[in-house]
Amino acid sequence: MADMRTPLNRVRGLGSTRDGTEHFWRQRLTAVSNLPLILFFIGFVVAYSGAPYDEVRSALSNPIVTLLIAFALLSVLYHMRIGMQVVIEDYVHEEGWKIALILLNTFFPVVVGAIALFALLRIAFGG
Amino acid sequence: MVQLTLPKNSKIKQGKVWPKPEGATNLREMRIYRWSPDDDENPRVDTYYVDMDDCGPMVLDAMIWIKNKVDPTLTFRRSCREGICGSCAMNIDGANTLACTKGMDEIKNAVKIYPLPHMPVVKDLVPDLSIPYAQLSSIEPWLQTETPEPATEWRQSHEDRTKLDGLYECILCFCCQTSCPSYWWNGERYLGPAVLLQAYRWLIDSRDEATGERLDNLEDPFRLYRCHTIMNCTQTCPKGLNPAKAIAEIKQMMVERRV
Repeated sequence: MADMRTPLNRVRGLGSTRDGTEHFWRQRLTAVSNLPLILFFIGFVVAYSGAPYDEVRSALSNPIVTLLIAFALLSVLYHMRIGMQVVIEDYVHEEGWKIALILLNTFFPVVVGAIALFALLRIAFGG
Repeated sequence: MVQLTLPKNSKIKQGKVWPKPEGATNLREMRIYRWSPDDDENPRVDTYYVDMDDCGPMVLDAMIWIKNKVDPTLTFRRSCREGICGSCAMNIDGANTLACTKGMDEIKNAVKIYPLPHMPVVKDLVPDLSIPYAQLSSIEPWLQTETPEPATEWRQSHEDRTKLDGLYECILCFCCQTSCPSYWWNGERYLGPAVLLQAYRWLIDSRDEATGERLDNLEDPFRLYRCHTIMNCTQTCPKGLNPAKAIAEIKQMMVERRV
C-alpha cells in the first residue's frame, strides 16, 4: 500500500500528549523506594531461611515487618507494571495486541498484589 | 511486533568480486552493500580491491577511487570530504560514522560498508532520510521571539553562549539517530537523538522565548520518553557530541517545571 501522506504528517501524527513526565518520575521514585525495601525483604528471607513455621509466622506478624513487606510489594509491583508497559510500547506495534497486553499488564500486578496483601494481613491479624 | 529478521526480498546475498587492480602491491579489500531499485534483485555485498598507493587515506577516498577506476555504478552521497556536511554518513566496520573522517588504517582486515541502519534505501549506500528531516522541522529549529526585534542583534552573555557548546556543532549526519535501537523500533513516533539534541539546543538558548511551547511539544511518552539511555548515540557520534546528555537535560527540565 502506497503511503501518500507527507513525512511531516507522519511525524506529527496525533500530536503531543503533553504527558509522560509523571510516568518517568514515578519510575524513578519507585526505583528509589525499591532499593531499601527489597534489601529488607532479602535480609528477612535470609535471616529466617530454615526457621520453623511458627517462628516465621510470628516474625511476619510483627507490625513493622508486615508494613515493610507490604510497602515492598506495592513498590515493586507498581514499578514492574510501569516498566513492563514501556517494554510493551517499545516492541508491540499492533494496536489490538498492544491494548490487550497493557490491560493484562495492569490486571496481573493487581491480582498478585491483592493475594499477597491478603496473605500478609491474615498472618498479621491471625486467622 | 518488532521485526527481528529481514523480509525475504531484503536478505543480503554474496555479490560480485571485482578484479584486483593490475600491478598493485598495497591492496585493501572492501566489502560494500549494493542494492538497486531498478531490478528485482536482492541486496548483495560486492568485494572490491583498492590500490592504497594510488589512493588517499580515508574510507571516502577509497570509495571515490572505486567509483572512478573500477565501478562507476557504486552510489553514495558525499560533498565536503572534511566532516562538516554530514553527507557521507554510513555504517563502516560495524559503526555509523562519516566515510571522510574514518581512516582506512583504523580498520583491521576487510572494510565493510553498509548504509545507515534501519532507513529505507534509495540505492546502494544512499538512505531515505525524509522522516528524520521532517522530525527536525517539527521541532522548529530556529530562534522564536515575541519581544520586538532589537535594532542590532539579540544579546547573550558569555556564560549563556557557552551552554550552546557541544550542541551547535551537530552537522545532522544522523549517525546517532540511526544507531538508536529505540529509534529503530519507533522511528516515526520517537524523535531520536539527533532531533532531540537540536531541540535542546533551542531550549537552552537564552535568547529564545518559546521554551515552554517547545517543552509542551516534546512532552510525550513517544516523542521524548522512548529514550532508554542506551547511549549508542553518544558512542557513535563522529563529531564527539553527547546527544544522550542533551536528552537527559530535557527530561530534567520536564521534571523541573512540575516539581
